[in-house]
Amino acid sequence: MRDLYLGIDVGSVSTNLVVVDGESRVTEQVYLRTNGRPIPTVQKGLAMIKKALGPHRIGGVGTTGSARHLIGLMVGADLVKNEITTHAVAALHYRPDVRTIIEIGGQDSKLILVKDGIVVDFAMNTVCAAGTGSFLDQQAARLNLSIEEFSALALAAENPVAIAGRCAVFAESDMIHKQQMGHSLSDIAGGLCEALVRNYLNNVAKGKELAAPVIFQGGVAANQGIRRAFQRVLGTEIIVPEYFGVMGAFGAALLVRQMMMASGKPSRFAGWRLCEEDLTTIGRTCQDCSNHCELVELRRGGKFVAFMGDRCGKWSSLSPEAEEAQRVV
Amino acid sequence: MSPRYKVTMPRMGTASLALKTFLTELGFDVVLPPPITRETLALGGRYTPEFACLPLKVNLGNYLQTLPQAPDAIFMAGGIGPCRFGLYGEVQREILKSLGYDIPLIVFEPPKKHAFELIDCFTRFLGHRFWLNLPGAARITWEKFTAIDRVDKAVLARSALLDQENRKTLWKQRKAFLQRLDGLMDLGGIRRLVKETEEGILMLSPEAERPSLRVMLVGEIYVVLEPGINFDLEKNLAMLGVEVHRTIYFSEWIWQQLFLNFLRIDWQRQLRQEARPYLRRFVGGHGLETVAHTVQAAREGYDGVVQLAPLGCMPEVVAMSIIQRVSREQKIPVLSILLDEHSAGTGVQTRLEAFVDLLQNKRIKAAI
Repeated sequence: MRDLYLGIDVGSVSTNLVVVDGESRVTEQVYLRTNGRPIPTVQKGLAMIKKALGPHRIGGVGTTGSARHLIGLMVGADLVKNEITTHAVAALHYRPDVRTIIEIGGQDSKLILVKDGIVVDFAMNTVCAAGTGSFLDQQAARLNLSIEEFSALALAAENPVAIAGRCAVFAESDMIHKQQMGHSLSDIAGGLCEALVRNYLNNVAKGKELAAPVIFQGGVAANQGIRRAFQRVLGTEIIVPEYFGVMGAFGAALLVRQMMMASGKPSRFAGWRLCEEDLTTIGRTCQDCSNHCELVELRRGGKFVAFMGDRCGKWSSLSPEAEEAQRVV
Repeated sequence: MSPRYKVTMPRMGTASLALKTFLTELGFDVVLPPPITRETLALGGRYTPEFACLPLKVNLGNYLQTLPQAPDAIFMAGGIGPCRFGLYGEVQREILKSLGYDIPLIVFEPPKKHAFELIDCFTRFLGHRFWLNLPGAARITWEKFTAIDRVDKAVLARSALLDQENRKTLWKQRKAFLQRLDGLMDLGGIRRLVKETEEGILMLSPEAERPSLRVMLVGEIYVVLEPGINFDLEKNLAMLGVEVHRTIYFSEWIWQQLFLNFLRIDWQRQLRQEARPYLRRFVGGHGLETVAHTVQAAREGYDGVVQLAPLGCMPEVVAMSIIQRVSREQKIPVLSILLDEHSAGTGVQTRLEAFVDLLQNKRIKAAI
């Protein structure tokens, strides 16, 4: 039985797990909604993978996304990597000649520029989420459409209307205005996609040169309307990779595979029993100094595993696992 | 003997330690605000306009945290450049007044233009005792400033050469140094402490001969120097194994502002020359320095530049668009981080980690 490598990406909206084999081929992928509960969601994802593949031996685990530290501690990750790097690694694996990577997820959007196979610049949205998936979700829900229906409608738009995309709230009032004027739902959906793309180009790309080939990934890449809007604005083909929704997890799996194969060490993976274990977190504020760090305590079966979130290291050094977890970044 | 007046002042990184000493030695009782946290920011943000500079909000938060201890006056620094910093004192005075605080807010203006006002204000509080205490106070304050900066330079240089375990010990040594320095009030004691600390730093044996990555840290002075605002950026960057070369040290800044400017010595000549192909005039704050140091970093073969600025800082926003061009033309990666009261530590950390990955991969690629 050959070793498999697991990548876990826990983001604000979705939690993705990808398993690759020794030849970097994807053998299993899972896309779940995080629903604000990262730990049970990862447990559910692990259970799904275990069911699909059987209790395979795991040669390495990498975590990424905004909950990468917490989940890294929970599963015993060999590698904890930021999502910008993992997204770039996955896109480069798919298209080694890629120059521009557009990634739009639930609450953040990124731009990664690549030259000669290495990342040369990157940017993330800073103050505004108007150009992200959550906003599309919300607007689709307001129109009583599923996000898939919304996507199809946007693609069918013949005359997308102009919508102010600077701010999500103003965009919404603008959409309502257009709808009361009698424009078709399809043209409004198409207009919204164009507004979102404009917002992305203004707030994230900020005039940077987006050279072809352009890869578009992240959950929003499923949306045909957005794809077409990007294509129109950039005047080039937009490539959407096969595993566009789970590229962060894919990148983490690829990185940990490379790392573990080079080191030859056994994985620190906590094992498949994780799916059934009782894992909880308890938050509290440390009052020992004026920093008032927000501590999170991870418990397994009611027993203390580790502390995280302190600036001084007093709490996190209480457990060797947390110390180790800091080292694998 | 006349009563001692109780005064307070805003915080600014480790410089607060030395400034506190200055006021104490002159004859004041100093109430230093607690270290800056999100709480300070929330407090300051509540009573300031949304578009005001971040440091102004933090300063106000500082005052509101110490005002319950009923100080007699607030000391604050001022400026005379195109940067809005020069206006902070006035705005803060107005805000405090509207909140019902009737307290003198005394602004230190650069002595080049305002030396007499400053002297006048000290004699008003301290009488002629001020003249007696001034030389000693200035001497020990200067000693503290230089001690802090000397140790910081040694820590930053050593940090990148150590393994993770020793690196942690090193930063703990720095913390212990600052704690002990705070209590010292004699020149001999400070010198012994610096020597001891430097020896301790050299005891940590290096793992590598040269740092794997060297990054220049540029930007607006307040956010560069205040770890409570920049999410401990300098330390976090150092913890990723990078040698951080900070371009702003408070002792150097004081030296330039108080002495060189006063004596009309042109210390900016070299910086202006460095920046010249990209920026030919003073834009306030540290804008010119940011551009000059970015050019210098490229010329001296640094791996990258990190720029720190408060959101909406005029000089740094000017510099930011210029260093993008420097970055393109001189082939040096630049990461600009804008901070305000809505910034989150995790977002900053993610960008830092990704930036370090970028620099590392660039190095590896260049080596092949």
